[in-house]
Amino acid sequence: MNELITSTATQLAEKLSTKEVSSEEVTQAHLDRIAEVDEEVHAFLHVNTEEALAVAREVDSLRAAGGDDAAALHPLAGVPIAIKDLIVTVGQPTTAGSRILEGWKSPYDATVIRKIRAAKLPMLGKTNLDEFAMGSSTEHSAFGPTRNPWDLDRIPGGSGGGSAAAVAAFEAPLALGTDTGGSIRQPGAVTGTVGVKPTYGAVSRYGAIAMASSLDQIGPVSRSILDAALLQELIGGHDPFDSTSLTDSFDNLAEAARNGSVDGVRIGIVKELGGEGFQAGVEARFRDAVELLRGAGAEIVEVSCPNFKYALGAYYLIMPSEVSSNLAKFDGVRYGLRVLPKDGPLTIERVMGATRAAGFGDEAKRRIILGTYALSAGYYDAYYGSAQKVRTLIQRDFDAAFEKADILISPTAPTTAFPLGEKLDDPLAMYLNDVATIPANLAGVPGLSLPGGLADEDGLPVGVQLLAPAREDARLYKVGAVLESLLEAQWGGPLLAKAPVLGTEKTGGVK
Amino acid sequence: MADQILSFDEAMEQFDPVLGFEVHVELNTKTKMFSSAPNAFGDDPNTNVNEVDLGMPGVLPVVNKAAVESSIKIGLALNCEIAESCRFARKNYFYPDTPKNFQTSQYDEPIAHDGWIDIELEDGEVFRVEIERAHMEEDAGKLTHMGGATGRIQGADYSLVDYNRAGVPLVEIVTKPIVGAGRRAPELARAYVSAIREIVKNLGVSDARMERGNVRCDANVSLMPKGADKFGIRSETKNVNSLRSVEHAVRFEIQRHAAVLAAGEKVTQETRHWHEDTRTTTAGRPKSDADDYRYFPEPDLVPLVATREWVESLRAQLPEPPAERRKRLKTAWGYSDPEFRDVVNAGVMDAIEETIAAGATPAAARKWWMGEIVGRAKVADVDPADLGVSPEAIVELNGLVEGGKLNNKMAGQVLDGVIAGEGTPTQVMESRGLVLVSDDGPLLEAIDAALAAQPDVADKIRGGKVQAVGAIVGGVMKATRGQADAGRVRELILEKLGVNA
Repeated sequence: MNELITSTATQLAEKLSTKEVSSEEVTQAHLDRIAEVDEEVHAFLHVNTEEALAVAREVDSLRAAGGDDAAALHPLAGVPIAIKDLIVTVGQPTTAGSRILEGWKSPYDATVIRKIRAAKLPMLGKTNLDEFAMGSSTEHSAFGPTRNPWDLDRIPGGSGGGSAAAVAAFEAPLALGTDTGGSIRQPGAVTGTVGVKPTYGAVSRYGAIAMASSLDQIGPVSRSILDAALLQELIGGHDPFDSTSLTDSFDNLAEAARNGSVDGVRIGIVKELGGEGFQAGVEARFRDAVELLRGAGAEIVEVSCPNFKYALGAYYLIMPSEVSSNLAKFDGVRYGLRVLPKDGPLTIERVMGATRAAGFGDEAKRRIILGTYALSAGYYDAYYGSAQKVRTLIQRDFDAAFEKADILISPTAPTTAFPLGEKLDDPLAMYLNDVATIPANLAGVPGLSLPGGLADEDGLPVGVQLLAPAREDARLYKVGAVLESLLEAQWGGPLLAKAPVLGTEKTGGVK
Repeated sequence: MADQILSFDEAMEQFDPVLGFEVHVELNTKTKMFSSAPNAFGDDPNTNVNEVDLGMPGVLPVVNKAAVESSIKIGLALNCEIAESCRFARKNYFYPDTPKNFQTSQYDEPIAHDGWIDIELEDGEVFRVEIERAHMEEDAGKLTHMGGATGRIQGADYSLVDYNRAGVPLVEIVTKPIVGAGRRAPELARAYVSAIREIVKNLGVSDARMERGNVRCDANVSLMPKGADKFGIRSETKNVNSLRSVEHAVRFEIQRHAAVLAAGEKVTQETRHWHEDTRTTTAGRPKSDADDYRYFPEPDLVPLVATREWVESLRAQLPEPPAERRKRLKTAWGYSDPEFRDVVNAGVMDAIEETIAAGATPAAARKWWMGEIVGRAKVADVDPADLGVSPEAIVELNGLVEGGKLNNKMAGQVLDGVIAGEGTPTQVMESRGLVLVSDDGPLLEAIDAALAAQPDVADKIRGGKVQAVGAIVGGVMKATRGQADAGRVRELILEKLGVNA
């Protein structure tokens, strides 16, 4: 396979800075790869060929000219990136994976997109997702599912299956995701990639189409811990357009990733995140990872978070409640789809109703209905109110756990990638995929998933999750980097080197 | 079918009214409540908007600090407690003037609560109105229903929406139930809204122009049998947007409720629409506890903390309260008690202050407002300040009279022209050809003609009966269609006849 597409972002950045390769070559190589494999993977909803190449050429000419402009280039300038199609971009469509926004183009850029433009990363296009980020498989995309590069008959996780699959299939070295209950980390786990949900407020949400405002967070998707750290540093920081954005600086992440260490670090195994419902091969790889860390000098402790068992229930009240309100704006009045009722009078209510009936898919409707119910007079205290109390209890569980441990560890998802269609008709089974990732969203703490190896029973990737206290994102990278290097030493290279060959190379017999 | 009403006196014999008001005040901040778009009135539709105001996907609100400061000032001026920490909430309902299909408002945690103001009626009687809360929220856009006969959504062919107003900062001031006003309830209603308007204008936080919707009143009315202590069922008359309308609407609702109750029926809990033309209300939407806005805390905004230092620094910036201001102005202007009360009751104190500021003497300002404009406003059935006469116009007009360019009668005609929108006083004077003739040439011609027409009178004057000169002056004035300077005419006549005045 072309080395330009298998390199990490860090490796590409080095090659670009030494002018060993041009950004145009790198970008073109990824566009070629997309053309080659995306028909089967379907990670992209839109490919942004011309703009990506234009940005690449601009970086190349700045670098060629030398001087201050070249010196001022961001380290990742010229390294291409894919954008989850929940994040608004001027010039490219943004669909949120929904018919209701099909063909809509945003008049403004998300804050993270402004930063990516300023740093001159060519944007390869927009990646597939479950509609409005609601799902764990991308099967709820209105535009068809994304397939897992490890096994095209299996799900790539969700909602950010497109970003994870694009990175796993070498269609992009970097991608942006959003994580409300695990939508960056769980796809990372099942595709053998790295995904990070930063501390709530560490990255501006301005321009990320809201699913659940109090839980959503934009974060990096990559093939290495250092790449994720570099990308989080690029997109993070205070944003006056997002009132929930933190004023803390998060500029020590790449440094943490470069100086991985677990010497004397107390790593807590969360008792409640394992056991029943967790696949044997997932648990085996998880234990291996823990032992590697112990061997590297970490102190392994067990912690208990008794209220985590209520997390899924609380999440499925808080999230749909916010969804029911956040998705109200999609009504056909100002933008997006407008559907007129087939018969009867043309009143505003009926046009809104017909638009929403036609524009939203089943999962979006399910959550809107759930949330509307949970917020209704007479039910608010029992549902939304109780769920918020559980949220506080979960935050306290984290506080107590972080008294005993510097960082927590768990499997990212209970299982490896399941076959497409398997859980589509069983929402509860689908929701259980996020049982280990949801607590971090409810508490606002950062979480990282990195590849932990392949499960013995199915040969599919397993994810290991690290969780740190709020604002301590650097710890994730510091510990993650150690585990990554120990595992890659065992494997003799990145886990993705073991992934099956895709596209024309498959028949070309390279392997 | 028109509602039955009882006469006000009959209603008052049987029932005690209970009032409640929700007054919305639009703040005059530079930008909107949650976005950086301009907060401005009267611009082309949908020009003062950005992606936040249009509820585009992905946008987030950011609280306008100036709006919060204005809200705290309002709270302080209403003797409220200012919450140390408060939150915004979402009020969820689908309507196309609300771009997000929810209004960001305050719900269970208003920024200001538990205050009061004393309301002085015309004769000096004072009622204390207790304030339950003053909370922050955003205004909705404006819908214009096209093609229907009534301008309402029912029967319209289509509707236009202008989001310029969407997101304009509002403070909603809610009273506690007001009991004990009795037959003075309509007056109190007017005086209360007037006081709120005066306070926010005085604070400088709102333009407070009711005709532009800067101050909008929803009036709640219920009746209970005399002597009872259990409140009756209330109606809420929405968007009563002038002081006179507030008084009339409350009065009408009292009479309407009384008729319903006197007939042994139950008042329907509902919103009512106010009709200025007929001075009646009609039924709007039934309102009940089933209205479910699914309020929940706005997750896109963090709690708002008002430190005590901040609140105290704002308190220190508060201007002189209106009641104290009135005392000061009365002294400064040298008006007598009845003169000043008349000025206040006529609602022209601010106008007089502005007129004096524009260069008129207190006496001249009072003469114009009380002598000329108030009467015309009464005829036109509007508030004097809404008649469209600017302080500058009055100063100009007064200058024309004092400078001998106009006499009082002509000045009245010029004022009518100004009110009719014909331009500045000078422009009206010119376009209407109102020129005071004090040029001796044309006057002498007219005098000669008048003397010739009444030779007997001329003789009397020559004979020393100077008081008879009035008849000749009258003839001259008639001949010049009132445009002559009567004083000068008199001088010239006497001069001509060789009589010393």
